[in-house]
Amino acid sequence: MSDRLEVRKTYKLLINGAFPRSESGRSYEVMSAKGEFLANAAQGSRKDVRDAVVGARAAQSKWWSASAYNRGQVIYRLAEMAESRSDELVEFVKLSEGVKSDVAKATVAKSIDRIVWYAGWTDKISQVLGGSNPVAGPFYNFSVPKPTGVIGVIAPQDSSLEGFVECVIAPIAAGNSVIALASEKRPVPAVLLGEMTETSDFPAGVLNIVTGLTSELAPGLSSHEDIDGLDLEGADEALADELAFLAAGSIKRVLRPGKKIQKNSIHRLRAFVETSTVWHTIGQ
Amino acid sequence: MAKRLVIGSVISVSTAPLRLVTPEDHSVVIQTSSQVPRIESETELRSILATLSGVDSVGAEARVAKLATRSIKKSTKMAALDLAISMVDLTTLEGADTPGKVTSLCTKAMRPSPMDLSVPSVAAVCVYPDLVAHARSVLKGSPVAVAAVATAFPSGRASLMVKLMDVREAVANGADEIDMVIDRGAFLSGRIGQVYEEIVAVKQVCGKAHLKVILETGELVTYDNVRKASWIAMLAGADFIKTSTGKVPVAATQPVALVMLEAVRDFAEATGQIVGVKVAGGIRTSKDAIRYLVLVNETVGSTWMTPDLFRFGASSLLNDLLMQRLKQQRGTYIRPDEFSGD
Repeated sequence: MSDRLEVRKTYKLLINGAFPRSESGRSYEVMSAKGEFLANAAQGSRKDVRDAVVGARAAQSKWWSASAYNRGQVIYRLAEMAESRSDELVEFVKLSEGVKSDVAKATVAKSIDRIVWYAGWTDKISQVLGGSNPVAGPFYNFSVPKPTGVIGVIAPQDSSLEGFVECVIAPIAAGNSVIALASEKRPVPAVLLGEMTETSDFPAGVLNIVTGLTSELAPGLSSHEDIDGLDLEGADEALADELAFLAAGSIKRVLRPGKKIQKNSIHRLRAFVETSTVWHTIGQ
Repeated sequence: MAKRLVIGSVISVSTAPLRLVTPEDHSVVIQTSSQVPRIESETELRSILATLSGVDSVGAEARVAKLATRSIKKSTKMAALDLAISMVDLTTLEGADTPGKVTSLCTKAMRPSPMDLSVPSVAAVCVYPDLVAHARSVLKGSPVAVAAVATAFPSGRASLMVKLMDVREAVANGADEIDMVIDRGAFLSGRIGQVYEEIVAVKQVCGKAHLKVILETGELVTYDNVRKASWIAMLAGADFIKTSTGKVPVAATQPVALVMLEAVRDFAEATGQIVGVKVAGGIRTSKDAIRYLVLVNETVGSTWMTPDLFRFGASSLLNDLLMQRLKQQRGTYIRPDEFSGD
């Protein structure tokens, strides 16, 4: 027997830059793919989601008012942090998803590369998705993509890291703030990534992560009127229908699940931006 | 002299400061026979204050923390939210206030939510004296009262003559309620007779207008001082005692409100005079407001659960109350920008 006390880690929520246990005081056991005990994670509640929305709303304008260059730097910094803690990520991707070490390593590498890729996009979105429109008159006419606002993300259930990165970093790169429900059965890699945002200059509230039961949390997230967009990637077809119905009450932009993630597609960057068109007179 | 100050014997009640209002004893017992003692000298005032017991600060804070855990749900919560809305003194006290801003504030005071006519109007709007006439004209015919802060608000650093002129002008312009500040400098340096006399003088000038006396508890430092200042204000004829101006960093806190409510309760029992309490400054959420209501109900009882005797001085609180009310109705969390800003 070891002469040290075992130091066990609790995997907590990320709400507005803090790591609270759930307001409800609940936790649940997370199992590895083989069915062995892996960790205790916080079982978030509706009120945790509510608190996260308050933080996300306040953070979004701050995040969007930072320069695009700065946002890119911050997201790139997250990649740096993930790189230096990649062994830990590999370990938990391996256990959570039940894959071999080399597969887990490749997954983590791809996830980090994806973060770098999105970091590069922050100051290029407006050129690619916006532009100057030809109009018949003495005017400039610009279309400018702007973030949708606060986005609720139901992260993929199977792809605990790569899928999470894809769904969460894309809207953040576009200037949104995010409340993500991590994979119910495989939340640990997402929580680790959340911890890394704390050392990457992410303003508090830009990324919020709630762990817990998707069926319990997703309806509250979908019906919350102060959320502007919803990514349903982690919901099955039946749940997605129900959630889209709830989201309709406050006219959210909804991204339905099932679209295969294509390599180098800006599909998810495009999903949560709004085009704003501005007329401006041409001076003498 | 000692004969006339019967208050001392009744004060013994307050040596059990953390008394509960039990269901049988639903509200304080009012002694209709007793009266507010007449005070003719600072010595008399001191002898009354000397009978006040010290505040058990640990006990007061523990009691507040305990009551804050009360869970108010469903229809009770709806009733509490409506009651809280009807108790709001919708306030704007900025150097940048304009008649336009006061107009929109008054409109909101009369009908806080144009979408839902069942929302009650607030108790009053609270403005600086120079905007009273304007507020009065906008609120004409509505039940919403006009309150004015006067007496060189918020510092109170002016001569008595200037303070009285300030009050006279506000009353002449149509203020129904005057929120005056006490002279904290005088209080803290022990000149309590001066504090008392100022309140008496302002009360006379108020005429029919109700007088709320702001203790500015954040500057009084101790709970004992809050209790003493509450008594001075009530003895001098205050209709309400109010925690704060909202202009100093420490505003209303629940332990302070508890101390003031107990003072009001003891005063009612001793003298038969019912004085109201207004908490102001830093109250922004419905949760806080409901905690105050619980505190009122448990300390002084249901008699005080009316806008005539309990008020919230606030501006952003109203939107949160409306938001929580709508949340109760719709069952979903609401966008804060569904309600007008000030």
